[in-house]
This record gives sequence, C-alpha cells and structure tokens, in this order.
Amino acid sequence: MKLADAFASVTRRRPAFIPYVMAGDPDMETTAAVLRALASAGATAIELGIPYGDPLADGPTIAAAGVRALAAGATVEAVLALVARIAPEISASIVLFTYFNPLERYGLERFARDAAQAGAAGAIVPDIPLEESEELRAIFAHHGVDVPMLVAPSTPPERAAKIAAASRGFLYVVSRLGVTGAGSEPDFAPLRSQLSTLRAATDLPIALGFGVSRAEHVRAVAGEVDAVIVGSALIDALAGLRGTDAAAATTRFVDELFSGS
Amino acid sequence: MPIEPNARGYFGAFGGRFVPEVLVAALDELEGAMRAAFADSTFWNEYREVLRDFVGRPSALYPARRFLGENVPTPLLFKREDTNHTGAHKINNTVGQALLAMRMGKRRLIAETGAGQHGVATATVGAKFGLPVDVYMGALDVERQALNVYIMQLLGATVHPVTGGTQTLKDATNEAFRVWAARVEESFYVIGSVVGAHPYPYMVREFQKVIGEETRAQCLERYGRLPSDVIACVGGGSNALGIFSAFVDDADVRLWGVEAAGEGIASGKTAAALGAGSVGVLHGSRSYLLQSERGQVLETHSISAGLDYPGVGPEHAYLKDSGRASYVAVTDDEALGAFHDCARREGIVPALESAHALAFAKKLALERGSDALIVVNLSGRGDKDIAQIRALGERSEGTR
Ligand SMILES: Cc1ncc(COP(=O)(O)O)c(C=O)c1O
Repeated sequence: MKLADAFASVTRRRPAFIPYVMAGDPDMETTAAVLRALASAGATAIELGIPYGDPLADGPTIAAAGVRALAAGATVEAVLALVARIAPEISASIVLFTYFNPLERYGLERFARDAAQAGAAGAIVPDIPLEESEELRAIFAHHGVDVPMLVAPSTPPERAAKIAAASRGFLYVVSRLGVTGAGSEPDFAPLRSQLSTLRAATDLPIALGFGVSRAEHVRAVAGEVDAVIVGSALIDALAGLRGTDAAAATTRFVDELFSGS
Repeated sequence: MPIEPNARGYFGAFGGRFVPEVLVAALDELEGAMRAAFADSTFWNEYREVLRDFVGRPSALYPARRFLGENVPTPLLFKREDTNHTGAHKINNTVGQALLAMRMGKRRLIAETGAGQHGVATATVGAKFGLPVDVYMGALDVERQALNVYIMQLLGATVHPVTGGTQTLKDATNEAFRVWAARVEESFYVIGSVVGAHPYPYMVREFQKVIGEETRAQCLERYGRLPSDVIACVGGGSNALGIFSAFVDDADVRLWGVEAAGEGIASGKTAAALGAGSVGVLHGSRSYLLQSERGQVLETHSISAGLDYPGVGPEHAYLKDSGRASYVAVTDDEALGAFHDCARREGIVPALESAHALAFAKKLALERGSDALIVVNLSGRGDKDIAQIRALGERSEGTR
C-alpha cells in the first residue's frame, strides 16, 4: 500500500505505529510471520531493514540483527522476494531501510524498479544527507517509491525545512543525538522546538524515532507527532525467537507499547 | 599547490559527505572552524611551535647509503618521520586537530585506532593539552596490540574495546562516528587518516603536508634539485598525502603509493583498496574500497595493522584515476624482507607499514640509475612491531 493511503486510513487517535524489523533475522520465515503479526496489530507502515555490515546510524541491537541476518544469507534479492510475497497480503506499507553502499552496488535504478515491482512503498537510506541524495530521490520518485528523509535534533531550522520539503511519504524526525537503540531515553525537547518549523514546511505525517521503546514514550508524544517508529525495543523483545513464537511475542509487544494510548 | 576539494568536499568524483543527518551540523561546524583557523596565522604559529618543541620537527632527510646494497647505485633518502615523538607521522595530525578542538571549545577527544598508533598519538596530545580522550579500538586489536593499549592508559586515555562486526579498525571507526554523533556538542572526533566525511580528508592532509614541505626544502637545499621519485605506504593514506602534496605540481616528480598486498592481491587476503577494490562509500566518503559484489565491506589482511583497512582516502582515488600518482602493492613477505634489510643495513628498525614503502624502493631502484633521487617516507619506527616480528621467528637475512 502507498504510504499516503496507509496514513489516510489511520482512524485511531493514538499515533500511527511504524515498527522496524531486520529482514532475515534470524530467518526469512520468521520475518514473514512478524510482518503479518505487525500488520494485524495495526502497524501503518513497516520499516524492513536490509542487513549491512557497517551500519553507521544504528546502535548495537540493530547492528547485531544485521550481522545475524547476513550470516543467515539475507541479500537484497531475498528481501525483495519477501516483500513481493508479503506486501499483497498485508494492509501496512512496507518501507525498505537500507544503507547506501549495498543499494548503490545493486544499482539505484534497478533497486527502485525492483522495489516498486515487489510492492514496497518507500525506502529510507539513513547514511546520505540531503545534498548527496538528489539523484536517488529523483530515480525513486520516477518509480513511485517514496523516500522519507531524516531530520536530527542538530539540524538547524532552515535546513530542516528544506529536508521536510524534499521528504516523501512521511518525515522521519530523530528524537535524539546519536544512533538507534533502546538503551538511553529519547529526548522530546528538540522535537518540540522543531515541530512548528516542520509543520510549516510539509503536510506529510511526522514520525518520531530513535529510542522510542516504551508505552510512556508513546503517550508522551501522542497528539504531537503523527507516528512513532520503534525498532530496537521490538528486536530485543524477539531475541532468540522464531516463527510463531516470534509472531506471538510481536503481538504482545505491540499491545504493551500502546497500552494506555 | 596541493589539490583543493570543491565546496562539497569532492576531489574529482571522490569524497563528499555520506553520513547520517545527525552528523551534518557537526561537520559544518568543524568545517567553519577549520577554515577560520587555517586563515589565522596565530593558529599555524602555535601548530609549528608544538611540532618543533614537542614533536621534534623538522625531521631529518637521511641518505640511506647501505639499504639497497653495494651493487645498486641509486641515491636513496629516508624522510625520518620515525624520529617524531611517539614514533610516527600520526602526531602531526593529532597536534593540529587537538589545537582546533580547543579553539572550538570542545572538552573531550574521541579517536579510533587500529594498531594503536593513532590512539597513542591522540592520547599523547590529550595528556599534553589536558583533554580527556576516549579511544575506540576493535576488540581483536585490543588483544593483538596490548602494549599500545597499556601506553594509552598510562597517558590517561580510556580505551573502549569494540565488539561489533569484525572487531577491527573498520568497526572502531564506525563506533567512533556513532559516539561522536551522540556527543557532538562537547566532543571532537580526531580522525586518524585522510578518510571520513568532508572536511576530514582535506583537514588531515593539511596537518600532514608539513612532511612534504620539509622534504622539498631539504632536497633543494642539500641536492639542488627535486627528487625523481617519492614513495610512501598507503593505509588510509595520510603519510602519503603528507609527502605527496608538496610535489603534485612538479610533473617530473613521480609519486608512488604502496598498498599492502597482504598474501597477494589474487589471494583475496589483501588490504589493497586501490589495487584490488572498486568504487563505493565507506566511513562518509566515496572512494575505492574492498567490497563484495553485494556491497558489503570485506575483511582485509595485512601483516601491518596500520595498513589493514578496507578503504582509502578519496584524494588518493582521485590521484589514481587522474594518473598523477601510481599505486602499487607489496606483499607481507616483501615488507618483512625490507624490514630486516633496513634494520641491519641502516641501523633503523622501521614500522611494518613503512617497510612496504621500503620494499617498493628496492624494486624501483633497480629500474632507476645513479642520476635518480628516490625519497621514501619512513612513516614510523618499528618498536610497536617487535613482538609480532619476534613471534614470526628469526629470519637470518633480508630477501636478497
Ligand atoms: C607508521 C605508520 N605508517 C603508516 C600508517 C598508515 O596510515 P596512513 O596511510 O594514513 O599514513 C600507520 C597507521 O597506523 C602507521 O602507524
């Protein structure tokens, strides 16, 4: 499903839910089961990580998940095949999350085309800033694949407005300095000081991520952001689980995350 | 004049800034402070004073009369970066970056290290200037380089073993970037070579170009001419650009970068990014790197920890593609041979990294006559490598 349609169909008052999972960790069948469980639990979009050995924007949890997925043989081709299989079954949009080098190696044009064909709605590339992403954004737009851009707490207002204007699908606002991971607390102060700039620059849904891991975080930003992105905490919750066990743990995790929302 | 990158940090098609958004503001701040410092003569005066009084510059340009053997008449000079304080060229760069950090009001230093040379050089300036230092080092390297870990600790630095990925320099660099992202407000990331996102490759070269400036002046003064050939080993490429940069406009001076072939380029157990790699993005810039067909960064191999890195600075990629510099690779065994020759014939125990440059000098000298003048950048001394060499067992002579 296109991101715009997925967000348009959000009816609940709580923030939309965008989970992150690493494709192929620990195997593709588990990922398939987790994707289905996430969609059933009400995910609006799902970030599906393509594993990379040198993930500069990720903390230890996602980095380790990538190592496991690579060891299990996950490749871009295999992840796209999974998307092609699952996307038609589920209501949530699938947004690929990939570092630039493996993407470029696969070929920007080829990746955009294959991702679109598989039914992916978007692709996030966390290690290229606005200046280096022009060509990529043009190619992906041509194939109808949204590229959500990231704004960091350190991004000055003028630049944040430019990024917001260039973003497609949604705008990814990073909650704190640093990398992904559930370890340290998210900080909502930078978000709050940026929100009016961002809202003025774009009508896109604003999604908050990096460190969002518990129900109280979700409650704290409900009404301010349109979506919350939760990755490391979910991966931690699924540690060591496979297949239906992982799917059941996924459902429990989502219930808990939105309890009281 | 050394080559200037364009406004976005590109040397031709190489360089740029491939980093998460969270680092862009930090790199902008760094670039602004760097440009202001570079335009300020008081900054350079202080830098030169520290290099003179603390590092011990200028380093000598030494005629190595016995290294090549009696039958090879080619004049050969060593630029003696091994005599610098802490034993390598690395300190030229850490002095510069520490001075810049203080100018920016940063209170802590972060560094990555492989063998520990850059970690020691950063810990040293941290101690000298009173800045706490956090060094990130692959857990495997922490084990392999126990002595340098201890030296860093003696100097007051905290060494953090990095357990992710291959647990070596590549992963230590990833981690240093991540930690910097979280602490950009108070910390300065002191990168150890001409790699990373713009402005690092340019900045580090500017702090190493003193090697080339001295070499050029010493050569002209002593020999009345420029060298015919300049040779330097290339890991990330900082000692090489340091010496090359003074000669890039001198078309008659041939520039040679020597990478680590490891067990041989064809063996796959290599660290020759320019010789065996392809273009891609690693640690914030576009350059050559050793990667799989799927764009995963490969594990590397070299006997020399300082050359054991899958990437290479973007300016080298540019010099290679433009043809201004030539890049060759030397195997572990060839480097070991040159190491022993240098120790026995010159009374200088070189770093294993520098031994790669020496090994190529032996080959090149055979092609050059007595009217050539070859300069080798002897980037460091070999004390750090002694335990490793010893473990490899006694070898009676060099390769000849
Ligand atoms: C003595 C010495 N030479 C060379 C190098 C390689 O670095 P670069 O290529 O940046 O000069 C190192 C790195 O540790 C080193 O210690």
